[in-house]
Amino acid sequence: MEIFQHILNALQFGSFYALIALGYTLVYGVLRLINFAHGDIFMVGAYIAYFVAVTLLGIGGLHLGMDMHPALALAITVPATMILTALVGVALERTMYRPLRRKGANRLYVVITALMAGLMLENGNLALLGASRKRFPDLLEKVVWDLGGGVSVTNLKVIVIVAAIAVFLLLQFIVTRTKIGMAMRGISYDKFAIPLMGIPLDTIIVFTFILGSSMAGLAGILFAMSYPILEPYMGALIGWKAFIAAVVGGIGDIRGAIVGGFLLGFIEIGVVAVFPSTLRDLFAFSVLLIILWLRPTGIFGVAQTTKI
Amino acid sequence: MSLLEINGLTRRFGGLIAVNDFNIDLGEHELVALIGPNGAGKTTVFNLISGFYQPSEGSIKLKGKDTKGLRPHQVTALGVARTFQGIRLWGEMHVLDNIRIAQHYRLGYSLLDCFLRTKNYVHREKAIDAIAWELLEAMDLKDVAYELPRNLPYGVQRRVEIARAMSVKPSLLLLDEPAAGLNSSDVEGLIKLVRWIYDNFPVTIWMIEHQMKVVMSLCTRIKVIDFGTTIADGSPDEIQKNHAVIKAYLGDDTI
Amino acid sequence: MQKHTVTIGVFALIALIAVLAQFNVLDAYYVSVLMFMGVNIILATSLNLVNGYMGEFSCGHGGFMCVGAYVSSLCTVLMFSKNAILGAPLLPPSMTFIGFPLALLVGSFAAAIAGLVVAIPSFKTRGDYLAIITLAANYIVISAINNMEIIGGPRGFMGMSATEVGMKSVLDIPWVLIFTMLGTLGSVWLLRRFVSSTLGKGVSAISQDEIAAEIMSVDTNRMKLIAFMLSSGLAGLAGGLYAHILGYVNPQSFDIMRSTEIMVMVYLGGMGSLSGAALAAVLFTVLMEALRFLDVWKWVVIPLLLILLMQFRPEGLMGNKELADLFPKLRKFYSFK
Ligand SMILES: Nc1ncnc2c1ncn2[C@@H]1O[C@H](COP(=O)(O)OP(=O)(O)OP(=O)(O)O)[C@@H](O)[C@H]1O
Ligand SMILES: [Mg+2]
Repeated sequence: MEIFQHILNALQFGSFYALIALGYTLVYGVLRLINFAHGDIFMVGAYIAYFVAVTLLGIGGLHLGMDMHPALALAITVPATMILTALVGVALERTMYRPLRRKGANRLYVVITALMAGLMLENGNLALLGASRKRFPDLLEKVVWDLGGGVSVTNLKVIVIVAAIAVFLLLQFIVTRTKIGMAMRGISYDKFAIPLMGIPLDTIIVFTFILGSSMAGLAGILFAMSYPILEPYMGALIGWKAFIAAVVGGIGDIRGAIVGGFLLGFIEIGVVAVFPSTLRDLFAFSVLLIILWLRPTGIFGVAQTTKI
Repeated sequence: MSLLEINGLTRRFGGLIAVNDFNIDLGEHELVALIGPNGAGKTTVFNLISGFYQPSEGSIKLKGKDTKGLRPHQVTALGVARTFQGIRLWGEMHVLDNIRIAQHYRLGYSLLDCFLRTKNYVHREKAIDAIAWELLEAMDLKDVAYELPRNLPYGVQRRVEIARAMSVKPSLLLLDEPAAGLNSSDVEGLIKLVRWIYDNFPVTIWMIEHQMKVVMSLCTRIKVIDFGTTIADGSPDEIQKNHAVIKAYLGDDTI
Repeated sequence: MQKHTVTIGVFALIALIAVLAQFNVLDAYYVSVLMFMGVNIILATSLNLVNGYMGEFSCGHGGFMCVGAYVSSLCTVLMFSKNAILGAPLLPPSMTFIGFPLALLVGSFAAAIAGLVVAIPSFKTRGDYLAIITLAANYIVISAINNMEIIGGPRGFMGMSATEVGMKSVLDIPWVLIFTMLGTLGSVWLLRRFVSSTLGKGVSAISQDEIAAEIMSVDTNRMKLIAFMLSSGLAGLAGGLYAHILGYVNPQSFDIMRSTEIMVMVYLGGMGSLSGAALAAVLFTVLMEALRFLDVWKWVVIPLLLILLMQFRPEGLMGNKELADLFPKLRKFYSFK
């Protein structure tokens, strides 16, 4: 019976990884850019959620003297966070990545810029808000469902897992069924054919950043609700891991992000179930490394053939 | 003994048969052409010989040695050099370095020699330099020795690529569409250059070429393939009269 | 004679620094900054071999540094310090002169071997995928050490200062400083010799057109093996020196942040320029010290500077040029074989 408990935990953790991995994969699929700042956008999402929530609850933030019911606050916090986080992502794209693209700069310079942008977000946060951790307020009345046999699940856990799956389905729909989604897929093949579809390149790229960042924002809220202690470096490790998960799934492929994310969740929970928890990262990274050794392009990735 | 012996060479890409039951036997010192319409599988044949692709079936023997399983650099070490359909020089290194590096397989010194700058190292680097300069001189490239390839006109880049291939000291030189993209005076120069190489080196030259002028004025033997399959093989005169060839090229007024 | 001006100058500078440190003209703070500068030069130039010359994107250099630091520290601690593993030191202090360089060498070799973790997959993979492998390798090294209680785990490992104490007991001069300077010089010299040889230029050929390299007789697998192992081996040397400068190491000091710092130096200096990387390492070390007053804002300002650099001078300070390319007159003053 214990195993079901582990599976539920794995699904929950996998959901966070998957939600963040989706952002990496979307941007990569369109721009062939590893957006190294994405883990920190997740962190920013969690902080935005915090400020929105405490403001609405009237226990901090802007001190507007509001005193909202937690459920109502949650209903507003979720979309507000997603929108604000998306703005952060788009701001990075507009101020840093786009100018480089316009200059036709080497892809690598954009990657370095992304890496540095992430550092700025992390340390900027530390500098502005100080090292003291923030405690995320309770927005959701905790409900525990007993599934029998010692297995129980909280409503939050269910929400997290359902959210990840819903987001996956939504993105899969957008990418395969809508015009802008197909244009997103098309860009990575041929930058010049896309304007022919009547959608400006920059619109697609901004749209991609909106999607990716708002998902990171959503992951940020859910994570903050599940583990309510926020600190500036919270996005770093989980971000790197989610990124590796995206690559193991096959970066650029939405299914890959989901599979990679859940796989990582299962590996981690599996390791912790058997070994001391300090071995978690060691095993997780080793398994991912081995997968990449065996399948260099990841699970769903296809090797690019070079013709000469 | 023949220089190159290919038997039943077949290469599939998924469902596509790019090369089908290809056979050829080349001796020392020949000048041969491989022609055929676009997508016929010509470059694939060269890629198979270079070891860039492995055959699905059939064998390739170089000087009697089966090249199966060899990596491209090992094939090159056996004396096969080539040029590419789209020029592939190392664009950020000057011409001289381009020609030095192609001698990698016979550097003749170890990493330790390199660190310690041993006598052997100095001696070998000198020899590599000497060969490079000799070729640059002979192929009229001395003036551009310190230029970056990407700054050179297309015709000169082609010549540099051929010089790079020659620095391998090949016994088989594969030229993949050497005249593509050249203007007519460059084409004249190319014909002269290939002829000069043929006259001065003990090398068999095998070229893929669409410009019949080049093929007809240089080659003594022509092989024609279409959809991966050989449709003709013979002297220029025979090929020009061959019905299958005319049909494959129908509408192409170069023949 | 003129040909040797630069060489003589370099050795004179090393001697001068050592003398100044010996007579406390340079106080301990400046000496330690100089030593970190040396370590950074080794790190930046060695990573440049892979990220600059070979055009790969290795972002786990800190991991190899970590391997070198721990292995060489373990060697010297077992030999010259009281420790929890063997108890009494194995060798008398007078042996430190052989033991210390030997330990550094062993550390470098261990790091070079660790480099295989990245080198072997690089035969089949390039670019972004390889970048992830380097990243994962970095994390694996850190978490492996975190889990080794015998060498302190996350709390770190110490006892390396016994080595310098041992050397000083024989002759009281700033040994670690001297070794660091010589190590730095040796690394740059080794790299310089490699990249300027026809053999080493095969590495640049891979970055510019791997297919052409492979077909024009460059054994690309061998070149990648050499490049990755040389690069990680030297990172190991840097790690060994770093550990003996501080006398204490912990795994956190070699995490992704460290790797990022090294990358910053490489791209600041210019990919494919050894003098650029060395210059950038010097500049970076100085900048890190000079910006100390910014406190937490330091790591906001430094990334910002690099972002601006990428926008306005993406090729770094030197591009792929060497100092001697920019100032040809310099050539008169050194003969480089
Ligand atoms: N790596 C590959 N993967 C899949 N198909 C390939 C590959 N290489 C070649 N092909 C296919 O094999 C066929 C033959 O290609 P090849 O390049 O040999 O033609 P070619 O005769 O050189 O044509 P061209 O005159 O256009 O250069 C083509 O249909 C091509 O698309
Ligand atoms: Mg072709």
